[in-house]
Amino acid sequence: MKEGISWRFLSVWRRNLSVYGESWKVNFMPPLLEPLFYLLAFGVGFSGLISGVRYAGVEVSYPRFIAPALVAINIMNNAFFENTYGSFVRMYYQKTFDAMMATPLNAAEIITGEIVWGATKSLIGTVIMLTVISVFGLASYPTALLMVPAAFLGGFAFGSLAMIFTGMVKTIELFNLPVFLFITPMFLFGGTFFPTENLPLWAQHVASVLPLTHLVNLSRALAFGRFGGEALAGLGYLAVFCAVMYPLALYRMRRRLIK
Amino acid sequence: MNGNMKARPVIAARNLKKYFGGFAAVDDISFDVPKGICFGMLGPNGAGKTSTIRMIYGFSPISAGTLFVFGQDIQTRVRQIKARIGVCQQENTLDPDLTVMQNFEVFARYFNLNARTARERAMDLLRFFALEQRRSARATELSGGMVRRLMIARALINEPELLILDEPTTGLDPQSRHQLWERLESLKRQGMTILLTTHYMDEAARLCDDLLIMDRGKILARGSPQALISAHTGENIIEVAEPDDALREFARRSGARQEDLGHRLLIYAENGHELYRDLCGRFRHDTCVLRSATLEDVFLQLTGRELRE
Repeated sequence: MKEGISWRFLSVWRRNLSVYGESWKVNFMPPLLEPLFYLLAFGVGFSGLISGVRYAGVEVSYPRFIAPALVAINIMNNAFFENTYGSFVRMYYQKTFDAMMATPLNAAEIITGEIVWGATKSLIGTVIMLTVISVFGLASYPTALLMVPAAFLGGFAFGSLAMIFTGMVKTIELFNLPVFLFITPMFLFGGTFFPTENLPLWAQHVASVLPLTHLVNLSRALAFGRFGGEALAGLGYLAVFCAVMYPLALYRMRRRLIK
Repeated sequence: MNGNMKARPVIAARNLKKYFGGFAAVDDISFDVPKGICFGMLGPNGAGKTSTIRMIYGFSPISAGTLFVFGQDIQTRVRQIKARIGVCQQENTLDPDLTVMQNFEVFARYFNLNARTARERAMDLLRFFALEQRRSARATELSGGMVRRLMIARALINEPELLILDEPTTGLDPQSRHQLWERLESLKRQGMTILLTTHYMDEAARLCDDLLIMDRGKILARGSPQALISAHTGENIIEVAEPDDALREFARRSGARQEDLGHRLLIYAENGHELYRDLCGRFRHDTCVLRSATLEDVFLQLTGRELRE
């Protein structure tokens, strides 16, 4: 059965929005508080240890250096955790997808709605975090506004990757594996808290193929008011990443859902 | 209904098969379901009931054969077919994070229904299923019986022409079962075609106009509950507890068909009353019972008594 994807996927997206709306006060907390905690810890606590970081030929303060990276990390985490743990709970425990499969929706639309929802959560988180870091004067406008659509693209990329895992794991505990093997190393070594140039050469090469590195580059360029080659390279990488991972996610999940 | 005998069946399956790897879950079955009846599918665990209905509601692709629903080919018109079916699956698939009303609203959007239509229909359905008091309750706060009713109510939000119920009363208390049966009978009176699977023979006997008994992916028998009883067991059964050798010998000489379960002897006698009187006269009558044959007798005779797990 060949399945096309219609706009009906939006009804899946809206289902998740309805659930999100039920507990929005709790949902707003992490993206609001997380950057505050990090900026407090690294901006204030670390400031005695680090004077500044050289970025793109200029010396910038450490909080200014990590603020856009915090946004990028939030984009990754929101989409990745939504489309692993969140989607798995809906698929496996709540049987939400089973119910949807008995309606005119098809598997491809269900998965697309889920990934678009993950990307939406990344976008919501980015809007909140951007507001917070802007209050501290850590974002340059108008380019920083482009972080919002960039968040959706980044979220779609990480959500697609997450969906591939969701299509493969037997139990929810197994998500610890991609989190430990991919998410945590990217979080630490993706040019987030120090420039990748500080790494040994081989590690720089590894970092340069990881999606978070490119999302961080993009986010940082936009937050610094530089919409140039680096931002375009980041966009290009993420677009290609989506073009590969999204069909793979559809393939894995269709195999899982269609019995 | 007169003159409607040649009306197009709601479901038409021909040589339908479903494989999982090399295993044939549904093995070459053919049947029609006419419009406006309640059609049952009975069978032990693993008989292929759920696999069959999953193909009918477009959840599982068919492996071989043809399947037409509303006269349309499931392989090319699955979305159009699904829009006209209501499905109540075996497991609870309600959204636990949402209220009863929100469950309707969210589900209605999958059918592209607008919010107003969804709410109006939901109110009607909640009244019909005696759930209107609970419309603001979370789905997790409902009892088992209410969950079932809400699942069926939700399956009716698109005003389906065919309602598919996969074991709708499993795990319910007798009050809930009877209440549900009354609602289903009322839907049937309104002209709804209902397809249901069940393990409960009393449920099938009460609700189904026509039914299939399946086992190991194949159809063993088909007919109305009464016709199946007449054809396979006869009207009456004499059941003897702890039969001794003399009684066994007597029963054998009577010529009636019988089934010896060790501690229990079943005699399918056409002249049940006469034989029963005879038996009671010669042996201890407090261990002999004459009773009407039920669908369960037919079922066990056709599918055997060994456990399926």
